[in-house]
Amino acid sequence: MALLEAKNLSISFGGLRAVDEFNISIEKGQLYGLIGPNGAGKTTVFNLLTGVYKPTEGIVTLNGIDITAKKTIDLNKAGIARTFQNIRLFKDLSVLDNVKAALHNHYVYSTFDGIFRTPKFRKCEKAMNERAMELLKVFDLDEKADILASNLPYGKQRKLEIARALATEPKILLLDEPAAGMNPNETLELMETIRFIRDKFDMTILLIEHDMKLVSGICEELTVLNFGRILTKGKTSEVLNNPEVIKAYLGDE
Amino acid sequence: MKKLLTNKIFKNNLITYGIVIIAFVVISIIKGTGNLSSLFTGLLVPLCAYIILAVSLNLVVGISGELSLGHAGFMCVGAFSSALFSKCVVGTMPDGLRFLLALIIGSVLAGIIGVLIGIPVLRLKGDYLAIVTLAFGEIIKNIINVIYIGRDSKGFHFSMTSEMDLNLEAGGETLINGAQGITGTPKDSSFLIGFILVMITLFIVLNLINSRDGRAIMAIRDNRIAAESIGINITKYKLLAFTVSSVLAGAAGVLYSHNLNNLQATSKNFGYNMSIMFLVFVVLGGIGNIRGSIIAAVLLTLLPELLRGLNAYRMLIYAIVLIAIMLFNWAPGALAFREKYSIKNWLSKKTGKEEM
Ligand SMILES: Nc1ncnc2c1ncn2[C@@H]1O[C@H](COP(=O)(O)OP(=O)(O)OP(=O)(O)O)[C@@H](O)[C@H]1O
Ligand SMILES: [Mg+2]
Repeated sequence: MALLEAKNLSISFGGLRAVDEFNISIEKGQLYGLIGPNGAGKTTVFNLLTGVYKPTEGIVTLNGIDITAKKTIDLNKAGIARTFQNIRLFKDLSVLDNVKAALHNHYVYSTFDGIFRTPKFRKCEKAMNERAMELLKVFDLDEKADILASNLPYGKQRKLEIARALATEPKILLLDEPAAGMNPNETLELMETIRFIRDKFDMTILLIEHDMKLVSGICEELTVLNFGRILTKGKTSEVLNNPEVIKAYLGDE
Repeated sequence: MKKLLTNKIFKNNLITYGIVIIAFVVISIIKGTGNLSSLFTGLLVPLCAYIILAVSLNLVVGISGELSLGHAGFMCVGAFSSALFSKCVVGTMPDGLRFLLALIIGSVLAGIIGVLIGIPVLRLKGDYLAIVTLAFGEIIKNIINVIYIGRDSKGFHFSMTSEMDLNLEAGGETLINGAQGITGTPKDSSFLIGFILVMITLFIVLNLINSRDGRAIMAIRDNRIAAESIGINITKYKLLAFTVSSVLAGAAGVLYSHNLNNLQATSKNFGYNMSIMFLVFVVLGGIGNIRGSIIAAVLLTLLPELLRGLNAYRMLIYAIVLIAIMLFNWAPGALAFREKYSIKNWLSKKTGKEEM
């Protein structure tokens, strides 16, 4: 059984059919790519899968359980975490606190514990700090734990978003253009990190990306979107050599 | 590294507590030696109340990122409910217990109203809270001005038209007399109690901010969509911040009312201009900066009194000081200057322990 499955997912904005009959089936542990020219509807698919938008039609299942049109917060609890194309960090919180905020539902103590600094508070905070630092280390951010998120360079902000998403202990991680704004070196490093996450955390990853080097380097399967519809899908090498795909991209230039 | 950060916050909080304690001790000594003018002595309790209001409002405005313009309204609820209680039970229990109960009643009632306002309004996206709280503050003030409550051997009497309408028998007592308010509230407040309440407020607010709840509240402020995406319940935490803030504002009201023989709801003490003044404390002290709120509340409460001798120039100087603080706190140039020349940086450069 697929981990995440969407069937006939559609949404319209006014007259515009931004996503039309979208289907996807992702197995556990897969590194899956969603590509397509600008405005194809990729981010909208993420917004549908994470409850930001409610689909006008279609169903989504996670581990066979129907999760269609659930709220964002419940979808995160169910095991879907994401990053954003336009970075959305908690910019006035420290790097460490950005990750600790995401540990919210895994290390729980009451408001009373927090105000009166009970032993439970201390124990929990200590465990949170350790866990957050562990995650930051994966992204080479542990040295920056104390600085404000907004003071991180762009590439590191993207990494922090991934760390934050991972902190919620998802079953599947959705990355929206993780390499955008990174230089080639950073992109290479990111590829390594994404692979590492998949292996170490046994993670399933769906990513949107325009950088074809990254896509061909790490994605096992691809779905190509064009004007809200699926153009083609399949093994990465086959899809990237498909003349229709090349045309869609060139036509977009 | 992470130790450093928690230590930094801890140290920062200690400084805030320290400033308040030192100020209290110094003023107490001056007062004890009889060198404090009666004008200032009279200002001490209201000043403590204003500090509590400023700090608690900062929890909503600075930490939670919502605009509330009804803080004077919550203060008003706390003030009147507790004064009514104290007046009813005066003589039936020890003073300390009476004030403690009054404090609980005033804060809890303000908190309940906070929840009732917060539940519908904080669900909405957008700045609806400002409008609703502004209206709430005015409505509360106006309602209290037409409430008449009396008591005689037959029990309580209630009216919304006039004192006569209460039909009290001879020997009956008017508790709330419409626009004349409540007269004869026991004077339970003191500078010491004000100080203790300020410390409790700081304890609650600072610890709340630096906890799991505070992180959630600030995460929502910084980015609502991202906060939702990591499983944080938006309404719950906005409501938590707003309710705690209302409770504390109610407590400030209790402190305030038990310092006055004659408590009236006028626009001068509970009107929207007071709510705006509390907001000015928060903005000038630095949004989200608790210590700044305290300092701004003190300065801006004392300044008009200090300048009283200057008569005509008083408001002019007041305005200039406002602008100066504003520039100091918010102008980009001033921020950069402070960053560059702050004692903290100077120290860390000296010891070569620059954080990065
Ligand atoms: N909330 C919305 N209201 C109206 N139109 C929208 C909305 N969100 C997206 N769209 C439209 O849907 C289409 C798909 O947008 P989407 O952001 O999903 O594209 P994308 O594939 O992520 O593109 P890019 O590569 O540029 O990020 C666009 O035409 C966009 O204008
Ligand atoms: Mg997009």
